[in-house]
Amino acid sequence: MSNNLVAVAYIAASALFILSLGGLSNQETARQGNLFGIIGMAIAFVATALSAQVNGYGVLISAIVPGAIIGSILAARVAMTSMPELVAILHSFVGLAAVLVGFATYLQPDTSLVGVEATIHELEIYIGIFIGAVTFTGSVVAFGKLNGSVGSKPLALPARHLINIALLVGSVYLGVQFMGTADGLQPLLIMTGLAGILGFLLVMGIGGADMPVVISMLNSYSGWAAAAAGFMLSNDVLIVTGALVGSSGAILSYIMCEAMNRSFISVILGGFGEGSGAAAPAGEAKPMGEATATNVEEVAELLNDAKSVVIVPGYGMAVAQAQHSVSDITKILRKRGKEVRFGIHPVAGRMPGHMNVLLAEANVPYDIVLEMDEINDDLSDTDVVLVIGANDTVNPSALDDPSSPIAGMPVMEVWNAQNVVVMKRSLGIGYAGVDNPLFYMDNNQMLFGDAKANVSALLNELSKTEKELVAA
Amino acid sequence: MTVTVDRQAQDSQQLEERKESPRKIGIPQEIYPNECRVAATPNTVKKLQKLGFEILVESNAGAAANFTDQAYQEADCKIVADRASLWSQADIILKVRAPEDSEIEVMPEGKTIISFIWPAQNEELLNKLASRNATVLAMDAVPRISRAQKMDALSSMANIAGYRAVIEAANNFGRFFTGQITAAGKVPPAKVLVIGAGVAGLAAIGAARSLGAVVRAFDTRPVVKEQVESLGAEFLELEFEEDGTGSGGYAKTMSKEFIDAEMALFREQAKEVDIIITTALIPGRPAPKLILTDMVEMMKEGSVVVDLAAEQGGNCEVTKANEIYKYDGVTIIGLTDLPSRMAAQSSQLYGTNLWHLLKDMGGAEDYKVDYEDQVVRGALIVHEGKVTWPPPKIENPSPTPPPKAKAVTTPVAKEEKKSGSGILWIILAGLALLGIGIGAPTSFLSHFTVFVLACFIGYQVIWNVTPALHTPLMSVTNAISGIIILGGMLQISGELTSPSVILGAIAILVGTINISGGFLVTQRMLKMFQK
Repeated sequence: MSNNLVAVAYIAASALFILSLGGLSNQETARQGNLFGIIGMAIAFVATALSAQVNGYGVLISAIVPGAIIGSILAARVAMTSMPELVAILHSFVGLAAVLVGFATYLQPDTSLVGVEATIHELEIYIGIFIGAVTFTGSVVAFGKLNGSVGSKPLALPARHLINIALLVGSVYLGVQFMGTADGLQPLLIMTGLAGILGFLLVMGIGGADMPVVISMLNSYSGWAAAAAGFMLSNDVLIVTGALVGSSGAILSYIMCEAMNRSFISVILGGFGEGSGAAAPAGEAKPMGEATATNVEEVAELLNDAKSVVIVPGYGMAVAQAQHSVSDITKILRKRGKEVRFGIHPVAGRMPGHMNVLLAEANVPYDIVLEMDEINDDLSDTDVVLVIGANDTVNPSALDDPSSPIAGMPVMEVWNAQNVVVMKRSLGIGYAGVDNPLFYMDNNQMLFGDAKANVSALLNELSKTEKELVAA
Repeated sequence: MTVTVDRQAQDSQQLEERKESPRKIGIPQEIYPNECRVAATPNTVKKLQKLGFEILVESNAGAAANFTDQAYQEADCKIVADRASLWSQADIILKVRAPEDSEIEVMPEGKTIISFIWPAQNEELLNKLASRNATVLAMDAVPRISRAQKMDALSSMANIAGYRAVIEAANNFGRFFTGQITAAGKVPPAKVLVIGAGVAGLAAIGAARSLGAVVRAFDTRPVVKEQVESLGAEFLELEFEEDGTGSGGYAKTMSKEFIDAEMALFREQAKEVDIIITTALIPGRPAPKLILTDMVEMMKEGSVVVDLAAEQGGNCEVTKANEIYKYDGVTIIGLTDLPSRMAAQSSQLYGTNLWHLLKDMGGAEDYKVDYEDQVVRGALIVHEGKVTWPPPKIENPSPTPPPKAKAVTTPVAKEEKKSGSGILWIILAGLALLGIGIGAPTSFLSHFTVFVLACFIGYQVIWNVTPALHTPLMSVTNAISGIIILGGMLQISGELTSPSVILGAIAILVGTINISGGFLVTQRMLKMFQK
């Protein structure tokens, strides 16, 4: 295949990737978008495989086939609740691949490059490996945190900002050395180690509730790593794809930060949960009043009497795997002519869009699943709001208490509804470490206990009354 | 009377029990003339039983509301034949109307009574009840706070009155409410003016709207505008700055100028509308006169005025309480027993209000007259023979807009900061570009062009992605970032044992996991999204 044909194929592939992301703008075209992505990838792959530079087909096939099989198995087996873990571990693969490609490129020097071009080439390799290594270890830690094998509490090392800066400075210093010598493998390896530690520390320092930001940030990094690889290999399709993925991840991080009213920098540096989080619950006066506890029968009755119901799910629903029962409740209520909708806070769950995927898995129609901004104004006309395993995203002090650590964060204004039922284990604080005045409001009732058990009991109660209704 | 035989024994037993927790609730028949309501229905007694109470019902107590003794019996209630034995057996008496002298006479000492009392107007009654060492909770004195909404019997009754007002109006109005175009000609819709958009007013608006009428509403409190409009009525406004919002969800008295402007508006409307429903009340005062005699005279023949304030003197000057009559061709309805005319419905709602109150007081097990409970304290007007009315004043806010000011100011401040740093960023970007332009070779620049443009495309495309699809977006970007295998593929063409080839091969392996895993899982997720 001539170089021109390869170039054309790359253009086609890049266009298809753009269309692929464009297709995700709504649910109808999303599947088509995914298909475009697959086609684009196939074209890019075949074109590269047929190009003049590639002739090690034996190696290629023996690497591709197991990879494809492992990937398919992973994809087929993963439970929807553990999507964030899968995405995290896949990010780490991209990071790893970027590191490996960087080293491979370095070890197979392109002699045609001289002068500035050679310097830039080396710089590209260096940056590519750096980003790749940060992405790799960072994603592995994120995976561990989501998986539960690493504690989700932020690891607050003393002077960790200093350590991070030192690692960064060290990398730059090694970079200068690397450019200076002919055989720069040693500084390159050390830098890879430093970058790995940096990625590890960065993600270790971030708390569980900030995971949506971390995941999208790593998504972004993996893109930039691919783009850097594109620069070092002078391969435009890699650059385009990397830039697309990189900006996608960056925008998602931005959206997530916005949804928490936090600056991107402070999340990355782990500014949250530090100081403010520790002081708030202990020092400040607890919101006065008493939370009203309720039971499943009463909630069922409340739902039976309601005309409009809004369900606000949070990470608790995902943890308890309660989405199927929630979906069944929705079906029963809808059959009885009630308006049932879902309100999703942008950072509900552990990755962007997590709740939507879970609800979709449980066959909740996507047109009743609304964003926070779409539903907030309607909440005052809602009879019952059911909060399942959410806490900080429904905390009124974000709006009316300027001293609260989550002040200014947009929240679901569930307290405007006639009745609110919060399903939760206890009155404990959420990830943000702040008490929730909602629990003590007059129109709020608490349904304590495991979300899964409660939702199932509620479902039973509702289907019982279903029979009564049929009998009557 | 078979019951009287063992009454003695029961009485003594009860005296002891009562100290612990009152378990027996008595539902007497209402003796007020034409009162059809009853304080518990076969449905609400079941709920009361769940709280642990035993229910005694006077024979025929629910008959006027179409609840037979049999229905109560089926709900496990004990039917008691005569009033006196009911009053003596029960610990708590639930009633609708305030107890009358004849009832107080047969009442043994130390009972608890829950009913409408109107303590402000009935001081004498309070003293009589106190002399009987009774404990009395007035349903009309339940404070209007959001927690007590479920016990707010006034709202329940006002809701019914508002609905029934429209029905009475329709009954006395010679035309359709809804506009129609029939083969026999066109029928214009009826125009209804509702004055006072409290609970009753809103119910009237809703009922009149659902019959198809054109509804206008007026209220001195601008905050209710939204509620009125949400029911599909037009909210009439005065060109006048004065807020009539008083405490407890009621209106306050307005200034003279305001009233003049108001009157002019009503005069205007009286010529136009077919039906006027007035619901204006100011607590503790006679109803304000809003529809004057001349306005009634202005109204069209066959029009109807329903005055829900008739009991407090009426909003309309010509209203006669408890009467329906014609004044100058306009039917004036001054009925005061509208809830009683829908006895089954109002008994059900009132009974539920009572149930909520008793539940709040702890049910039969933990029954307690708790002075700390704001709701109970408000309703408690006589406690063990002591008059406890009026309760200590509590601040009780009427609906105020939530304090959003803070939330609004912060983002503004931030934006200013952003635009300041925006210029900085532009300068930095310009400098960086300049540096690249000076230092970098052409081959790099062409790649750099591609890179920057791709970033912008990415930026544009991603903002269009619906937030619901953010997870699939991440997995698909993940899959396509597996394109990094191309980098590996370009390295594997050398010697099999060279480190480049090995590293490249591993890169391909992990990259492929990404590609196949990412695309497949995206496909799997997207399949689940369905309408």
